[in-house]
Amino acid sequence: MAQVAERLTAPAGRSSLSRSEIVAFVLMVGVLVIAPAFVYPLFLMKALCFAIFACAFNLLIGYVGLLSFGHALFFGWASYLSAHAAKVWGLPPELAILTGMAAACGLGIVAGALAIRRQGIYFAMVTLALAQMMYLVAVRAPFTHGEDGIQAVPRGVLFGVFDLSNAMTMYFVVLAVFLVTFLLIYRIINSPFGEVLKAIRENEPRAISLGYRTDRYKLMAFVLSATISGLAGALKAIVFQLASLTDVNWPMSGEVVLMTLVGGLGTVFGPVVGAFTIIAMQNYLAEFGQWVTIIQGTIFVACVLLFRRGIVGEIAHFFRIRL
Amino acid sequence: MFELLGIPPQALFGQLLLGLINGSFYALLSLGLAVIFGMLNIINFAHGAQYMMGAFTAFLLFNWLGIGYWGALILAPILVGITGVIIERLFLQRLYQLDHLYGLLLTFGLALIIEGIFRNLYGSSGLQYAMPDILRGGYNLGFMFLPTYRAWVIVFSLVVCLSVWFVIERTRLGAYLRAATENPTLVRAFGINVPRMVTLTYGFGVGLAALAGVMAAPIYNVSPQMGADLIIVVFAVVVIGGMGSIMGAIVTGFSLGIVEGLTKVFFPEASNTVIFVIMAIVLLLRPAGLFGRRA
Repeated sequence: MAQVAERLTAPAGRSSLSRSEIVAFVLMVGVLVIAPAFVYPLFLMKALCFAIFACAFNLLIGYVGLLSFGHALFFGWASYLSAHAAKVWGLPPELAILTGMAAACGLGIVAGALAIRRQGIYFAMVTLALAQMMYLVAVRAPFTHGEDGIQAVPRGVLFGVFDLSNAMTMYFVVLAVFLVTFLLIYRIINSPFGEVLKAIRENEPRAISLGYRTDRYKLMAFVLSATISGLAGALKAIVFQLASLTDVNWPMSGEVVLMTLVGGLGTVFGPVVGAFTIIAMQNYLAEFGQWVTIIQGTIFVACVLLFRRGIVGEIAHFFRIRL
Repeated sequence: MFELLGIPPQALFGQLLLGLINGSFYALLSLGLAVIFGMLNIINFAHGAQYMMGAFTAFLLFNWLGIGYWGALILAPILVGITGVIIERLFLQRLYQLDHLYGLLLTFGLALIIEGIFRNLYGSSGLQYAMPDILRGGYNLGFMFLPTYRAWVIVFSLVVCLSVWFVIERTRLGAYLRAATENPTLVRAFGINVPRMVTLTYGFGVGLAALAGVMAAPIYNVSPQMGADLIIVVFAVVVIGGMGSIMGAIVTGFSLGIVEGLTKVFFPEASNTVIFVIMAIVLLLRPAGLFGRRA
């Protein structure tokens, strides 16, 4: 992962916004504000939820160098918990989403504490195995309703003011959540904490010798990533009024890896571009059924062999800018 | 539920047998993963897909060419092994200079492609594969009924595992392999073709997965997704055992199969999660794995 990131760190003014990032951000906000006039809002909301998910995942792989193959665990369980909270407990959407995030945070603490005991490839296998375990629990637990999932989740009224059953209101709430999360993650990776994370990614023994308790930093990053993934899952459950086994199963963990890889590991905008690319692809190729899996596999192979920087990474590299 | 006397011996030994069968597959697959990881430093995510390919190859050999079980037992690992050699030459070879994680991502993509192709061609429902006549029936041991085929699977996979161990730990070829794992540059300087050895090692590990697939074909349905869930359990087995030792992989595979079988008797709700729970406990107590070397 290291060689991807090195080229992206500008020599001066690291912690302040670069001009290219400001331009890209304004462009992104502009496109997303006018997009619902042209594109089906439900599609945009789905892509935005996955963009949050991929950004959270990227926080871990792009900035700490940890490849988690079990992020569906946090995404899926948060979506179950928030759907359950909204439907059965009758909580308003903001509290339902917080419930989901709290669940993801708790799971993140446990899974993270176990997984960071092993490095590299083992880390990926441990996270995958833990996620599979909790998937099997979800299959059996009565409140998840097995194959049916939790259906007809009420969207409710946000803060008692915004009626989310209106598609446009829902869209702009999702957009606002996305933008706040995006800026939060940007702030995290450019904070002193984020610099330590990057130091761990580049050379963990060196970071340890400088006196950093790297395990604590790694766990902290893992829990942050898990909680934000939970936010994405919870939001998706409210938007689609559904929580199902698909969201908690291992192909979902693979999908978020693919989105981040396609967009560009360790780039700020990469996961967003990747999420929109993959969701659009799934949308337009849905009629081809099984071919979607084959195409996704092919993209994986192509990305690893031919363009490891991803879409945004290649653009940034070509123009020698930070994105 | 926890009292031993409350369980009829039929059920106890029956589950123990099923556990040993699963254990045979865990052992064969984790052995292949360990051999591949030792030489290539890559975790072969496509291992489950290649196990499935082995089962399908047996199925197709019979339906297209009329080649039965015994022929498939030899041909399928070779054919699937050749696809492994091609994959290594075409793709994996380009990744050795990069972070190990890219190998995982690439083989994950390959697994998606392979499974997608088979699902396209044969649908998701399982296909039946006939058992050879000699291995039908079984023995009544008094305390339990032992189906011949299951006994064969356990004995044969044990033999395969121990032969692999013998070749790697006790022969000259194995010594080259172990030396190349430790220091490829030095072994190359002695005039041994290490890249070819790496290619063949991958082909061999893949062949082992296919062999397990052929053995599984008569017991389980042959279906495109048969490897996907299994490989995740095998990953947990590998984390528990650590990939440093061949014998470790074999012992861990078989014993976890037995533990899983026993859990099915005494605490059925936990039977499919018990291996993951053991993994979590091992991570807490011995982070490097039971047979692992500290990094």
